[in-house]
Amino acid sequence: MSQAVTTEQVRHWLEAVKDPEIPVISIADLGILQGVRVDDGEVEVDIIPTYSGCPAMYVIQQDIKSVLAKHDIESVRIQLLNDPIWTTDMISEAGRAAMSAYGIAPPQKAGEKDIACPQCGSVDTRLISQFGSTACKAMYRCESCLEPFDYFKCHA
Amino acid sequence: MTNTTLQTETKQQLHGYFLRLADSSLTMGQRLAEWCGHGPYLEEDVALTNVALDTIGHAQMFYQLAADLATNDQNPDDLAFLRDAHDYRNPLITELPRGDFAFTTLKQYFIDVFNLNLYAALSQSAYQPLALAAKKARMEVKYHEDRSEAWIRRLALSTPEAKERLQKALDDLWFYTPELFEMDAGMNALLSAQLVPDYADIEASWRQTVEAKLSECKLNLPESGWVATGGLQGEHSEHLGYLLAEMQFLPRAYPGSEW
Repeated sequence: MSQAVTTEQVRHWLEAVKDPEIPVISIADLGILQGVRVDDGEVEVDIIPTYSGCPAMYVIQQDIKSVLAKHDIESVRIQLLNDPIWTTDMISEAGRAAMSAYGIAPPQKAGEKDIACPQCGSVDTRLISQFGSTACKAMYRCESCLEPFDYFKCHA
Repeated sequence: MTNTTLQTETKQQLHGYFLRLADSSLTMGQRLAEWCGHGPYLEEDVALTNVALDTIGHAQMFYQLAADLATNDQNPDDLAFLRDAHDYRNPLITELPRGDFAFTTLKQYFIDVFNLNLYAALSQSAYQPLALAAKKARMEVKYHEDRSEAWIRRLALSTPEAKERLQKALDDLWFYTPELFEMDAGMNALLSAQLVPDYADIEASWRQTVEAKLSECKLNLPESGWVATGGLQGEHSEHLGYLLAEMQFLPRAYPGSEW
């Protein structure tokens, strides 16, 4: 590894690591990428888990290593931190927009009541099930356009 | 308070307590996972297995807390897969065979209300790693309780058969619930150190919530029955042996295998 590598560069490269189950949102936008340190030829990356049993955490660790390997960084240490606790408030605005464009309604912010359909924008939507295709999603249906959709549940 | 500031005796007591939390979650999760492919309809099948996944995730967190305090080299997988039934510390209710949907759902409701109260109290623990794990687990248990509570009402207000099955489940489960609130000498010491809550408080709020719900659903509490006990001492029903035999087969038959 060349001496010129900076933490900013590593963070930029890690933009390529997406949530394997929502491949339009990066781990930075999801809020799970925490500290990045470059020290004496070794890169240390801190991440925090989303849902306790989420199997994507293993894939994400593999993806971090393979993305950095493409930039000739072989010495990578990934730490899974328990503190801070991940909440959906950590998802960035860019992440929420990408999620919505992908067809997943982003999580409600504090005080928000409506869950808008990501297809037509209507707030006349109804819960089908609190549990969906992954641990983080619920199933909804839009009563205006009649399309079913995924809602990224609040975790806070 | 962190790992390095604890005394040896406290570490041992916490280690035993974490096994109780972890074993309870793991056996609950394993019984829920048995529903995979057997749910009454697709959305429920997905819900049951999602709750299983969260619950097994909680077990993993608690096994990790235990492993972090062990004097020898331990990891969560070994604690889950290489201990025998008499080493398990879960209460008997979590190892019972899954039964029908009414039985699974009522048991889930009892455990969800218990965990909501317990994890809220544990979020205040003086041992920071435990407080963090409990806080995280509670965020997920809220969704579990939403679902199981809704199902209890739905079944109770549904057909005579649904109500009959729910009443039968209550008759079979009720006297397994006092064991949830048992404390042993180790837990009492942890209570004095403000590391764990008083389970008498957990029991009081649990009873208030659950008994109001059962009465709303016009279900009758059974008058007498055998009161389960023994899990804290490693004395289990025969069901745990069968559960572990199935769950532990692969890592025991193929030690260290990965896929």
